[in-house]
Amino acid sequence: MEKKSKLSILTNGIIKENPTLVLLLGTCPFLATSSSLINALGMGLSATAVLICSNIVISMLRKVIPDKVRIPCYIVVIAGFVTLVQFVLQAYAPDINKALGVFIPLIVVNCIILGRAEAFANKNSVVDSALDGIGMGLGFTLALAAMGAIREFLGTGCLLGFTIIPNFSIGFFNLPPGGFFVFGVLIAIMQAATKGKALKAKGFSCGLCPMYNSCNTAEANEEVAAEKKAAAAV
Amino acid sequence: MIVNLIVIFMGIVLVNNFVLSQFLGICSFLGVSNKMSSSVGMGGAVVFVMVIAELVTWPVMQLLNKFEIGYLQTVVFILVIAALVQFVEMFMKKYLPALQKALGIFLPLITTNCAILGATINAISYGYSYVESVVYAFGAGVGYMVAMVLFAGIREEKLNNMDAIPTPFKGVGIILVSASIMALSFMGFTGMFQ
Repeated sequence: MEKKSKLSILTNGIIKENPTLVLLLGTCPFLATSSSLINALGMGLSATAVLICSNIVISMLRKVIPDKVRIPCYIVVIAGFVTLVQFVLQAYAPDINKALGVFIPLIVVNCIILGRAEAFANKNSVVDSALDGIGMGLGFTLALAAMGAIREFLGTGCLLGFTIIPNFSIGFFNLPPGGFFVFGVLIAIMQAATKGKALKAKGFSCGLCPMYNSCNTAEANEEVAAEKKAAAAV
Repeated sequence: MIVNLIVIFMGIVLVNNFVLSQFLGICSFLGVSNKMSSSVGMGGAVVFVMVIAELVTWPVMQLLNKFEIGYLQTVVFILVIAALVQFVEMFMKKYLPALQKALGIFLPLITTNCAILGATINAISYGYSYVESVVYAFGAGVGYMVAMVLFAGIREEKLNNMDAIPTPFKGVGIILVSASIMALSFMGFTGMFQ
């Protein structure tokens, strides 16, 4: 792998490979926790904390973990940090913890975190991995905050609970359908602004998941393709 | 008792649909729904694994509570589910090759599907009994399958012809907007089973 400057590692996740808006990863928490700005920030920062810590630990252990069982090892490391974050939130921000509910434990299966462990932390030094974690986490948080701000403003006329326009609310944006809609429009705006160059992922599929090559699905897909070929030959 | 179970089941299938109103399992919902056949397979696999995961994790949670280490829930559940999926796959390969062929390729995907972990954690936090939580998990799986199959129908029928769609919306954008319209129609069920 070519050597990259520290700054480019840091900014990579914020713009060029923004995990949600460019790579389309972590869509579940992105849609679910963006109904208000404060929830979005809480979710983004929790995920960032887990991402940085797990990147550092996995990078430290990258020579110790046997290759065959690396995915379960990553999951255990990540789950440990998620439990820690959950404790911190319960103690110091019980309201946010309650609002985010099941999505805090679900950080464990957030594909951004597992994906960065697999794609970056197990190949790079501790410092680089920490920087990558910060960049990717900030990218996720910024995208989530932007979406949260749009949905909260249009849905209630407030921002962070402060009224901006009194008696203004379009309830649709606060509800689940509004999440899908705003996400779709955000992606369309990005596509229009960059003439279709921004989006790395051409659609939602297994192939764009960073785990694709290590997951059995890749193997299974090949098996299916081979079977189809055999069937066609018959 | 029976009425209660029916309310839980219908509530999670229609009102609080896992995909369309709780945003669980979105990645696979959007990823696999491009073909009707694969969405039926994936839906079936999710129902299957969800029920089995619930059957196992509920007793595990009682055990954790007994030793007062309930805070280990997240770590233990994800490991139990991952191990379970592996075992189910091995078992199916040996004894149920036909079923394995139909569902097999989707099983590994499911380990990191947030719908499975979400259903098990939700059932615990709602304080459901064993039977109730299994019904809840079954309903969650069925709801996921219903949403996915309906959406696959829409995508196969309407979204394959991309010519009529404005360029920036082509691909991902229009899929999300259609999902939004579908979620909106599911909101019509709000308040039905309560």
